Amino acid sequence: MLVNQFLMLGAVLFCIGVYGVIARRNAVLVLMSIELILNSVNINLLAFALRNGSADGHTFALYVIAVAAAEVGVGLAMVLLVYRNRKSIALDDLAEMKG
Amino acid sequence: MMLAADVLVAQNIGFGVIAVIMVVGALRVVTTSNIVHAALWLVTVLAGAAAQYVLLAAEFVAVTQVLVYIGAVMVLFLFGTMLTRARIGAEKDVNNKNWFMGVPIAVLLLATMLLALNDGFGDEKLPADPDTLVNTQMISDQIFGPYLLPFWALSFVLLAAVIGAIVLARRD
Repeated sequence: MLVNQFLMLGAVLFCIGVYGVIARRNAVLVLMSIELILNSVNINLLAFALRNGSADGHTFALYVIAVAAAEVGVGLAMVLLVYRNRKSIALDDLAEMKG
Repeated sequence: MMLAADVLVAQNIGFGVIAVIMVVGALRVVTTSNIVHAALWLVTVLAGAAAQYVLLAAEFVAVTQVLVYIGAVMVLFLFGTMLTRARIGAEKDVNNKNWFMGVPIAVLLLATMLLALNDGFGDEKLPADPDTLVNTQMISDQIFGPYLLPFWALSFVLLAAVIGAIVLARRD
């Protein structure tokens, strides 16, 4: 197996996730795209861990998974709060802080 | 360049099949207009990622991925969908008005990254020596050794996230 095949898979998933973050209007779908991005990062970390024969990449991948779980929890709580206040989770409606 | 005999080993075929499934699933996540379908396609991508972790000799991370992502995060997503949208089915207006701007940005980013990766790693092979593989004991030595402080910080992040989620989602 090549190092590059995993890194390129990570790059493809990252770009799809970036497209999702830019294109999506629904907050839940934006959070899902962020999950895609975090997963591509994990694939890269583990590919480099195997390449260098070190356990650091595994450790960081586990930390990334834990941070992603916390992020989804808080993110969905915020989405829920926004929905309760405005009956909509369209992100471009949230423009109060625009100058 | 690689020879066909080098490419057609079981691991590479497995990688290719799983990679195609993951990319198709990821594209469906960002294109489908049904939020529940997007969540289910995301399960496909996350399960494929777990399979790739196994290919990368990271069993512990793969099991954690299945437990945390497919087990917990997906339930959160489905709950979020249920609690924010009354009806299940295709939605209108899930994309921004100028969503097409995402396509050139993603393509340019992908082209840049693929060029850089091709330049930097070329045909470099992953080591196949079983003696250098990382096992779970090494990971725990790392977490409870040099990376103990980030581990503590992470515990506080999770605690803060739990309390924050309760405070935010509470109905007063």
